[in-house]
Amino acid sequence: MKRVGVFLCWCGSNISSAVDLDQVAEQTALLPHVVHVEQYKYLCSDPGQETVRKAIKEHALNRVVIAACSPRMHERTFRRAVGSVGLNPHLMEIANIREQCSWVHPDKVTSTPVAVDLVRTAVAKAVKDIPLEPSYVGIEKRALVVGGGIAGIQAALDIADSGYEVVLVEREPTIGGRMAQLDKTFPTLDCSSCILTPKMVEAGQDPRIRLLTYAEVESLSGYIGNFEARIRMKARSVDLDRCTGCGDCWNKCPYRSPGEFDLGLGKRKAIYLPFPQAVPNKPVLDRATCAYFQKDGKCQVCKKVCAPGAIDFEQQDEILEERFGAVVVATGFDLWDHGRYGEYGAGQHPDVISSLEFERLVSASGPTDGKIKRPSDGKLPERVVFIQCVGSRDEAKGVPYCSKVCCMYTAKHAILLKEKIPSSQSYVFYIDVRAAGKNYEEFYRRATVEYGAQYIRGRVSRIYPRGDSLVVVGEDTLLGQKVEVEADLVVLATAVVSRSDAPQVAQKLGFSYDQHGFFTEAHPKLAPVETNTAGIFLAGACQGPKDIPDTVAQAGAAAAKVVRLFAKDQLETEPTVARVDRARCAGCEWCRPICPYKAIEMEAVTERVGSGQVARRVAKVNPSLCHGCGACSVACRSGAMNLLGFSNEQVWAEVEALCL
Amino acid sequence: MKLAYYPGCSSHGSAADYDRSARAVAGALALELVDVPEWNCCGASSAHGADHRLAMYLPGRNLAVAAGMGMGGVVTPCAACYSRLNRAHHWLAEDRRRWLELSAAVGVPYNDVGKPRSLLEVVVGDVGLEAVAAQVRRPLKGLKAAAYYGCLMLKPPEVARFDDPENPRSMDDLLQALGAQPVRWGFKTECCGASLSVSRPELVEKLVGDILDNASAAGAECVVTACPMCQANLEQRRSERHRLPVFYFTDLAGIAFGLSPRELGIPMHLGEPLELLRGKGLLAAGEEGQG
Amino acid sequence: MSVAEREPKIVGFLCNWCSYAGADLAGTSRTSYPTSVRVIRVPCSGRVNPQFVLRAFQLGADGVLVAGCHPGDCHYSTGNYFTRRRFLLVKRFLDYLGIDQRRFRLRWISASEGPKFAETIREMTEELRQLGPRDAAAVEAHAE
Repeated sequence: MKRVGVFLCWCGSNISSAVDLDQVAEQTALLPHVVHVEQYKYLCSDPGQETVRKAIKEHALNRVVIAACSPRMHERTFRRAVGSVGLNPHLMEIANIREQCSWVHPDKVTSTPVAVDLVRTAVAKAVKDIPLEPSYVGIEKRALVVGGGIAGIQAALDIADSGYEVVLVEREPTIGGRMAQLDKTFPTLDCSSCILTPKMVEAGQDPRIRLLTYAEVESLSGYIGNFEARIRMKARSVDLDRCTGCGDCWNKCPYRSPGEFDLGLGKRKAIYLPFPQAVPNKPVLDRATCAYFQKDGKCQVCKKVCAPGAIDFEQQDEILEERFGAVVVATGFDLWDHGRYGEYGAGQHPDVISSLEFERLVSASGPTDGKIKRPSDGKLPERVVFIQCVGSRDEAKGVPYCSKVCCMYTAKHAILLKEKIPSSQSYVFYIDVRAAGKNYEEFYRRATVEYGAQYIRGRVSRIYPRGDSLVVVGEDTLLGQKVEVEADLVVLATAVVSRSDAPQVAQKLGFSYDQHGFFTEAHPKLAPVETNTAGIFLAGACQGPKDIPDTVAQAGAAAAKVVRLFAKDQLETEPTVARVDRARCAGCEWCRPICPYKAIEMEAVTERVGSGQVARRVAKVNPSLCHGCGACSVACRSGAMNLLGFSNEQVWAEVEALCL
Repeated sequence: MKLAYYPGCSSHGSAADYDRSARAVAGALALELVDVPEWNCCGASSAHGADHRLAMYLPGRNLAVAAGMGMGGVVTPCAACYSRLNRAHHWLAEDRRRWLELSAAVGVPYNDVGKPRSLLEVVVGDVGLEAVAAQVRRPLKGLKAAAYYGCLMLKPPEVARFDDPENPRSMDDLLQALGAQPVRWGFKTECCGASLSVSRPELVEKLVGDILDNASAAGAECVVTACPMCQANLEQRRSERHRLPVFYFTDLAGIAFGLSPRELGIPMHLGEPLELLRGKGLLAAGEEGQG
Repeated sequence: MSVAEREPKIVGFLCNWCSYAGADLAGTSRTSYPTSVRVIRVPCSGRVNPQFVLRAFQLGADGVLVAGCHPGDCHYSTGNYFTRRRFLLVKRFLDYLGIDQRRFRLRWISASEGPKFAETIREMTEELRQLGPRDAAAVEAHAE
């Protein structure tokens, strides 16, 4: 016997002023199964919930309908309230008579019939409600961190320090990422590698962290608490267990080519260590530039000089399959290619460089040993023009957003330039100086006041060579004048953009990304490190342009989310999942390809037919993989697949109640 | 390929030489150019400063007449005409009610003839560089040329919709197809100041000087334009020290196709362009001294 | 009631993540729209079995709206792609049943598109008014 109680909420006057609730109550009381109807001013308040609880006991209600605000607002509240007096929380339905009635139909005459319909429909659904129970799954308490820049390193360290195992996967031969390429950091002028290297070493030595460098995640399947990753270990041609990092191989290697770490400004060998502080401190052999692989198949100098015999030309890519409970994605960023700015020389002037190239030129471990030599002729530049917002804030050719870090690092560049070349003069063309951050504005002021950087508010329209210098033509919008600056070197603050393969990474790992290729957080304010896939978290600039402090903070937050998950032993999953009626299932498997979560498997059942046994295959839903979308229930031709909480019978009943 | 041809006023005056080489090169490339009958001035440089409607109606009428010819579009050799025709075309494309307005104003029913194209656009885009290269009889070997686009052909980009507005390549590619060596330089799209040539000559002399200096510094032996304004301005408003010949792209195409300077109207230039061609061995014995 | 005054009845199947939230947003922003629509909440537009739609028409609904997340934005990745293909076929089937295709609409309405939801209901109501009431005899004939 179904005993439905209906509770009508006034929501102060939000509902009661626009809907005649007495009339709704009157008409609802006439519905079959309805044994109790009650109104209350604020049902979501504590006394309001108590009213519901009391009525459940007094009237022996076994179904509850709340006519109030949107279920997206208070469904949990009322499920809990109902559950607290022993009724299954899923025997409760909500009629949305606020957002979808009183607020959009302010006239009582026309809105009241709508409310009556909505309540009747909710009652019809509630009558078909069945008790639902959550299921529980275990959690694999190991984390996968993708990307070994400062974000990934920080997240890995924090998770490991909480006592959990971490696998840190880095595509390059060493961890360190972009931060390792920087010289000093704003606003304190700490040396970047001085603060990064200890963390890299710590990550390399922590017994709970397994570093997989020169490796990439190939695919990720599974779900929160139970992910399965395939990781490709690219052939490094160096046996890491044997290699001692002595350096004989790269010292003797006869082949040089432009080095990636120095953005092509310096050379590296075919077998090389990307930079001296690399972790692991062991080389990689680049087969694309190695003579043994590309030309003669002879050379083998590295192999001959390697005392421990670590060089392995035969090494193959290796695939690892590992299980994880959570994933932190920290794949970092790229810089926009300024070749698209024809007016700045289309990337063809050797002395028009990107800011990251400038970092390498200032860095003591860079290709010029920290002497700022300009690429064309090695001359020390006296006049340097810095141009802000190259690609950023440019909807015509670049990206519409602000890259956030350029204003500050340009102030830093102006300071470093003056320190290294005291006779030099820097000019900064800018749109706005955005120095929001602790000690940022002060730092920018220092660049102008103490270091004499000349800030010119305006865009540069052209750069062209004159003799061996460059003429920078722009506008000073404060003076309203055209300005021409003759410079020895021009540094472009190119936009921070997503990695070119970010969309593929997001698709491989299974979460979403925005139109610029940045990974999308689950909520811009309230879930900034979560993705919309449970158990996968974001850290650093892969989510959007970020400076180092923000990146470290976000990495810590992502780690905290992982640790919070690992602190539990089991995960409760939503009970609104698909379920198979085995007797009706014909085993056609149409439900399997439509499921985006691979939650449906086939199982064998044996049935008695007449006097014999018949074995057949039927579908089976894994409730921890199922997200409850219901796609399978529509694909099912025999009506065997149903979605709990939104069952065929329930929707059917709603349609019938509505069309009465 | 048959196209409606809008020569523009300059072709009857300062750029008669351009008109001649344009028609000659078009002929060599099997482009049939049919003059727009009773075409009128496009209004360039003056109309749009005086009356917005007039500035649309003048080129608009030419477009309407051209559409009535039933050809594969309309082409003009002049960058200024190109700019005005495209402005009007863009304005008309934005709102079909303007078609009626225009038709009533000029007494010719308007129909869309398609985006007006420059001769450069047609040669590079429609004819194609392969077909151009196939016509080359004497490659412009060793000729270092600065392709100069000026401002009217490229901007505003949403109207011109032709090449990269800051770093255009089409004329460079064409010169390469002709066997010449386009230089990399920074003033490809700089304005030469033609519209101020009469009122502020001192200003224009500086602009022209900068352009020619930059071309020389980049190693160019000549400047190549696709605009009668630019060509005239670069030749007339230069100072004594500048000797760089200024060609129309059709001049060099014609020479490469084996046409004589006279057929191309090159002797009508104000500078001394033939010296350079002679020095490069690009003129046949019979053509010597015809300058 | 005259044709102009008669309020048609629309059954709206809205996906929980985008369109239902969009309808809620129309509410929170007090964007008023005709009282013609009654909403049934489903987790995903891909949950809407065509039988539900046919049943609504069978029981006399003047119009049916199915709304979900924009292509590419489905909370369940791919649900709305199936919806799109499925309802292309359903529309043709409606023709076969003698139900004017214009009585059915499939719309992509995101959680931030409250105004679009309101506009969709306005448009649909207007169109259904123009089409007039369903042919009673036809409804009868298709009823069980």
